[in-house]
Amino acid sequence: MPLLNRRRSAAKRAREGREHRRRAPRRPRPRAQSGQPPIISVEDGTVVYPGGHVGLDRITLEIGRGEFAFVVGPTGCGKSTLIKMLIREIEPAAGRVQIAGKDINELDHNRTPYLRRRIGTVFQDFKLLPNRTVYDNVAYALQVIGEPRSQIRRKTPEILRLVGLQAKIHNYPDELSGGEQQRVAIARAFVNHPPLLLADEPTGNLDPITSIGIMQLLYRINRTGTTVLVVTHDRDMVDKMRRRVIALEEGRLVRDEDASGYHDESTREFAARMRAEMGVGDEGGTNGDH
Amino acid sequence: MGRIAFFLSEAIRALRRSAAPSVAAIVTIVVTTLLLGVLVPVLRASESKATEVREQIGLQVFLYRDATKAEIEALDKELAAIPHVAAVEYCSPACAKRELADELRGDLEGSIQELNSNPLPPTFKLELDDADNLEAVRAALTPPNSAGKPTPISAAIDPPIGQDRENATKIREVTGAVKIVLLVIAALLLIASLLLVANTIRLSIYARRREVEVMRLVGATNWFIRWPFMIEGVIVGVAGAGIAVGILLLGKVTIVDPLADDFALIDNLSTMGFAPLVAMLVAAAVLVSALGSGITLRRFLRV
Ligand SMILES: Nc1ncnc2c1ncn2[C@@H]1O[C@H](COP(=O)(O)OP(=O)(O)O)[C@@H](O)[C@H]1O
Ligand SMILES: [Mg+2]
Repeated sequence: MPLLNRRRSAAKRAREGREHRRRAPRRPRPRAQSGQPPIISVEDGTVVYPGGHVGLDRITLEIGRGEFAFVVGPTGCGKSTLIKMLIREIEPAAGRVQIAGKDINELDHNRTPYLRRRIGTVFQDFKLLPNRTVYDNVAYALQVIGEPRSQIRRKTPEILRLVGLQAKIHNYPDELSGGEQQRVAIARAFVNHPPLLLADEPTGNLDPITSIGIMQLLYRINRTGTTVLVVTHDRDMVDKMRRRVIALEEGRLVRDEDASGYHDESTREFAARMRAEMGVGDEGGTNGDH
Repeated sequence: MGRIAFFLSEAIRALRRSAAPSVAAIVTIVVTTLLLGVLVPVLRASESKATEVREQIGLQVFLYRDATKAEIEALDKELAAIPHVAAVEYCSPACAKRELADELRGDLEGSIQELNSNPLPPTFKLELDDADNLEAVRAALTPPNSAGKPTPISAAIDPPIGQDRENATKIREVTGAVKIVLLVIAALLLIASLLLVANTIRLSIYARRREVEVMRLVGATNWFIRWPFMIEGVIVGVAGAGIAVGILLLGKVTIVDPLADDFALIDNLSTMGFAPLVAMLVAAAVLVSALGSGITLRRFLRV
């Protein structure tokens, strides 16, 4: 019951926050596209943890459909908190979070799972099930949302081919390298082709060459039209990516800059440039993590 | 169809992995169900025994041995006229002796017959329309005299009236106390089963926390996440009840049934058919285990 109360009061606080916002002057929408609402829109998003710690402090940002953006900042600045807020793992104390134009905290709680089906999520620690094979890990994600067996049999090998793991479908996670495990996690997140993919430090456990391989895979997914938001504390790498960078510090948004000119490069060009800029060799191949 | 298979395979997978707590929960359910399986018929029997006693409650009005025939005839009419008295039966000393001999059938029978004289008084037996009117009838039999002291309506009556009543009350008190003790034990065992099933499910949730995390992440609905745990709890309940019913059946065939052939008493005791009893026990076990799982899921599986 305390949870219910917390939720209810969070929703109430959020409404109060919104009323407050209406009185305040509206910020300009930098990236508003004609017709469709942005895939992510956060207005004055504030997260307060139990105990009073402010995890996010009036964050306002918009991410358009099809973007490939980065969130950077030192450990503890609120990057994971932002991801959790976007998938409604935690509710903002004030402000508004919209996904594809819908305020996610207004949704009935039993609709939250359906929101999460439209957002793929990837984490630093992969979150694979150790007692299931690569194939079963991906298929499990489909089983638990009630996907028919015929669809599971069709989609699972297809997505594992896309991430380059068709040869390892019967292996268990502990028989794979870190990069391969992250590929399984990405396959699981992307198997339903969600319009939005969130990655929380996807390369945090990986070496630079393997990391480039994972970034290349995320870029390939972005090229299919999926919006990709990657969280990382590796500012160095992000600077070389030449993409939009949103910087957080102590829960506040301190920088939001777009680097133009590189948006149309192919996956191969992207990988080659990354390797050159990072000063690592070419021998890794497209998978880059063997 | 695919879903049900998925839920079942997940539940069985979990039970195999966490065998020890499941076994503890199953054993408790077996013990509880066994106790209930013995208790319920016994309670039902004692209840019907108590109602029998209640029905038998009447009043015995003892007369002095020197009561005259005229007095007895007059009293007979008076007694029949008292409200709530359904029937009046006169029992002479000879009749009383016959009845006593009947009751003491066996060793003592001979000694009764050997009595030269008959020490038993003549009696009126009153049947009441309802046991609750006992006090009213008793009061009508002994209205207060001018000094306010209760006095029998006839000089032939030998007070006090109706010792039968005390016996009946005692029987009721004893069976009542036994019933309460047994019910308390049964309730405690039910709570223990509930808690042990809840604990099993809690451990199962802990063992499968990765799966639960992934399910939430990819957007499984609350009920999709909960069903395997629910089914796991119910499997524990059904397994426990099944074992207990097996033991009860064995006990019925090997102990109760042979005895029932010898003693009319046990036949009277089996006031409940075996099939409805089994149905009730299985339903109770399933209910308790589902409740145990449900409580845990509410507490530990906030989705
Ligand atoms: N569940 C929690 N309860 C209280 N404080 C938390 C909780 N989770 C995170 N925090 C705090 O919020 C801040 C931001 O955390 P987080 O978003 O995880 O940072 P990061 O940018 O490293 O991902 C940190 O100072 C952290 O200590
Ligand atoms: Mg983090």
